Amino acid sequence: MVTNLPAIGTQFLLDAAALAPLIPSLERRGYQVAGPTIRGAAIVYDTLHSLDELPAGWTTEHEAGTYRLKKRADDAWFGFTVGPDSWKRYLHPPEARLFAARRDGQSFQIVEENAEAPRWALVGVRSCELAAIAIQDRVLLGEHYGDVIYEARRRGLFLVAVNCTVNSPTCFCVSMHSAPPAEAGFDLALTELVEGPRHRFLAEAGSRQGAEVLAELGPAEATATDRREAEEAIKKAMGGLQRSMRTAGLREMLYEHFEHPRWEDAAARCLCCGNCTMVCPTCFCTTVEDRSAVDGNGAERLRKWDSCFSENFSYIHGGSVRMSAKSRYRQWLTHKLAAWVDQFGSAGCVGCGRCITWCPAGIDLTKEVAALWEPAGPPRNGGHPAPGPR
Amino acid sequence: MAVIEAEQERGLANAMVPALGRVAQVKKETSDTFTLAVEPASAEPLAGFQPGQFSMLYVFGAGELPISISGDPQERSRLVYTVRSVGKLTQLLVSRKPGDVIGVRGPYGTHWPLKAARGKDVLIVAGGIGLAPLRPAIYHILRHRADYGRLIVLYGARSPRDLIYRRQIEEWARLPDAQVLATVDYGGVAWHGHVGVVTGLFRYVRLQPFHTVALICGPEIMMRYVIWELETRGLQPGDLHISLERNMKCGIGFCGHCQYGPNFLCKDGPIFPYHEIRSWFGKYEL
Repeated sequence: MVTNLPAIGTQFLLDAAALAPLIPSLERRGYQVAGPTIRGAAIVYDTLHSLDELPAGWTTEHEAGTYRLKKRADDAWFGFTVGPDSWKRYLHPPEARLFAARRDGQSFQIVEENAEAPRWALVGVRSCELAAIAIQDRVLLGEHYGDVIYEARRRGLFLVAVNCTVNSPTCFCVSMHSAPPAEAGFDLALTELVEGPRHRFLAEAGSRQGAEVLAELGPAEATATDRREAEEAIKKAMGGLQRSMRTAGLREMLYEHFEHPRWEDAAARCLCCGNCTMVCPTCFCTTVEDRSAVDGNGAERLRKWDSCFSENFSYIHGGSVRMSAKSRYRQWLTHKLAAWVDQFGSAGCVGCGRCITWCPAGIDLTKEVAALWEPAGPPRNGGHPAPGPR
Repeated sequence: MAVIEAEQERGLANAMVPALGRVAQVKKETSDTFTLAVEPASAEPLAGFQPGQFSMLYVFGAGELPISISGDPQERSRLVYTVRSVGKLTQLLVSRKPGDVIGVRGPYGTHWPLKAARGKDVLIVAGGIGLAPLRPAIYHILRHRADYGRLIVLYGARSPRDLIYRRQIEEWARLPDAQVLATVDYGGVAWHGHVGVVTGLFRYVRLQPFHTVALICGPEIMMRYVIWELETRGLQPGDLHISLERNMKCGIGFCGHCQYGPNFLCKDGPIFPYHEIRSWFGKYEL
């Protein structure tokens, strides 16, 4: 058994039907399985018990501020691109209890949260999403302190990647170096090939665990033709990307353009709703919420996703630091694309395009950045004039 | 899948869960500012601190706040905090009674460069409650007096009634080798001291550039003008250290609230050498 495990990094071929035992196999190993499925006219991530729950035969249409489900001509299982959900919700949950406390006279006792973290197997993770998880690893598994909530979930993770053979107009993964094929960071990677009634997958194990699961599916070694076909499908999808971002020198440009007319321009359109931060697979900011029981004797402390677009986000005594929409949009964009590099060694953007699709005002990050690349014009008074006597 | 090695070194302790501290003493400094001394509520001692660091203080069921430690770093048995009551949570914090238990996390953040300042004059410039995170540095310097040159403390407050640690300031002023000056924005008839902004006190002080380290904490606008005055007097940006304030929820670099350009104030700050952040300092709505 051990000797004939599929070699890591080698491509194998599977008929679509042969993938059917994938979920039972993962469940047998103690994983809860989540993947893309249709809920309320969108493809979201939810618990899957069978591959029949995948959005077979559906695709999605994306534009700035636009998202629609559409029937495909074939029955592809993964013939769409990323939706409003990201895997962030599985690893860095939108709401988590930090601890509960019970009053005890003048004192109180803390009950630590010891709930065992679910072990998730995530199916259908795109290469941009693998990149997002790698970015969140760097943010949340810090040098001195690790986020225990993330860490516990991350440790038990099984990742089934899917290489995109379709793209959306909002995708710009090529610019952010997160485009398929996925090279690493997965347990199993699939590339879907649909040709009329022929529905096949190229499969590659990325870990021993992945190889064990793959072995159970009865893979046959892929021929050079199969491999070329998959490569071509991915290449074709990536060759057709409509959006891009100029990234060389971007950090320095954004720092230099702290004052730039485009910030005002974007702020005039931005609703400060925070959608972009909620759909972003890397945005990690959180706030805390304290709840107490009506009798005043019980309390709990929750951590929740937060957005730098809210006025409260920067509140200190005397008022919020970032009062204007301009300053909040600038903080989000500059953090994501510039400060993140200083903080964690890479930009915080993977080019998934979610912030573009899900912006109700249709603000397009790639267009804003392109405009910010233009010269800032003469300095205005909002900079930082050296103080001194008149 | 990927083996997470860092976890083993660090352990899985939840850094968001506070230790318990018992309020031993509450001292009224001014009408709205109180100093709380906190002792460990269990056999476990509270962690020691470096001057300039802060803790996250939790009030049962109400919330948690970053508060600078204002006591003597040598005093290991308790942690001291000076809190100005300006909102709901600070109001709850200052109204704790002796015996009440609060949550304490930390200490967190960078500290005043007291090692690097050895052999030099130390200039301390404080505005309002900004004196609180500087007091541990003063305690340290007074305790190791021979390690430092002159000690100069310049302190500005809104009015005589708003001066914190007033008796202590008077004691420090009587020490040899120390120059301690206070000024207020509004004097009133009983005040015989200086009136005006803290930078107005520089005319009474002789500074030796290259031989002076300045530790500054107060409102940003005050620090901006203090820095300008000090640079004008020839002090080097690397010898100026400032303590900054931003919203904080976690204290350990995960919540994102305290970002200041590329810095997280909770772990890269709150204390910075001025030359490291001068390109960000003073930027409006940063």
